[in-house]
Amino acid sequence: MPNHQIDPNKWIDLYSDYLFNYTITRVRDRDTAQDLVQDTFFAGLKSMKNFKGKASERTWLISILKRKIVDYYRKINSKKGKAEIRINYKSDSEDEGNWLEEHVADPFDKTAEDNLENTELGLAIHNCIGKLPEKQAQVFKMKTILDYETEAVCNELDITASNLWVIIHRARTTIAACLEKNWF
Amino acid sequence: MMNKKNKAFISCDEANHSCDKSQYNEADFWEKLKLNIHLLYCRVCRKYSINNSKLSKIINDSDVVCLDLKDKQEMKDCFEKELKKRQQQP
Repeated sequence: MPNHQIDPNKWIDLYSDYLFNYTITRVRDRDTAQDLVQDTFFAGLKSMKNFKGKASERTWLISILKRKIVDYYRKINSKKGKAEIRINYKSDSEDEGNWLEEHVADPFDKTAEDNLENTELGLAIHNCIGKLPEKQAQVFKMKTILDYETEAVCNELDITASNLWVIIHRARTTIAACLEKNWF
Repeated sequence: MMNKKNKAFISCDEANHSCDKSQYNEADFWEKLKLNIHLLYCRVCRKYSINNSKLSKIINDSDVVCLDLKDKQEMKDCFEKELKKRQQQP
C-alpha cells in the first residue's frame, strides 16, 4: 500500500483550484466557496497528525471539505429554521389518486445529469492540469480559465509572448491527451 | 515568386502556433488564412487542429473555475502565517 506523505507547504498551489472547483458546484457562490476552501486548509493543518497516509493528500482534504460543506448547509438551514424537509405527496381530497411517481422529475429531462457531468468534467480538467509542470499549469489556467490577455499574463509572470505560446502549446497537447485517456 | 510562396505556405510549427492563437481568438485574418491553406494538405496538423478545437469546446462547455490570482495569493499569505505559527510551536 502506498504511504502518502503530507506536506502543507504546497497545498495551496497544488489543491486550491481543485477544491475550489469542487466547492463551487455545491454552494454556487464564489465567496462562500473560497471561505470553505480556506477553512479546509486550516482544519487540515490542525489535524495533520491524524493523516495516516492511506489516501492521497487531496482525497484527505476533500473529505474534510465535504464536512465543511455539510456544516455550512446545516448552519444556514438552522438560521432560517428550515432544517426539515416536507414532502406533501399525500395531499388533499381533490388530488386523490395522485401517485408519488407523478411528482418525480421527468426522467427524460436530462439537465440534472448534464450538470453532474459538467461538474465532473471540471474536476477532470483540473486533474489533468495537475499533471502539468507548475509553470505550464499556471500559464494555462490564467490564459484559458481566467481569460487573461496575453500581455497581462506576460507581465504578471515576466515572460515573452513567444514563450507564452510555446508553454500554451505544450500544455494544450498534454491536457488533450490526458482528457482523451481519462474522460472519453 | 519564391518569396510569395514562402508566405502562403507555412511550416507545421507556424501552423500550430496560429492554431493555438485562434483558440483564444488572437489570430488575425492572414494567420487564419495561411493556417487553413496548410490544413488542406497537412494531415498531422489537421488532426492537431481538430483536437485543439475539441479541447476548447470542452473547456467552454464545462463549468471549470479557478481562484483569481489575487484571492489565491491572499489565501496563501493567510495560510503561511498560520503555518509558521504552528511550526514554531514544538
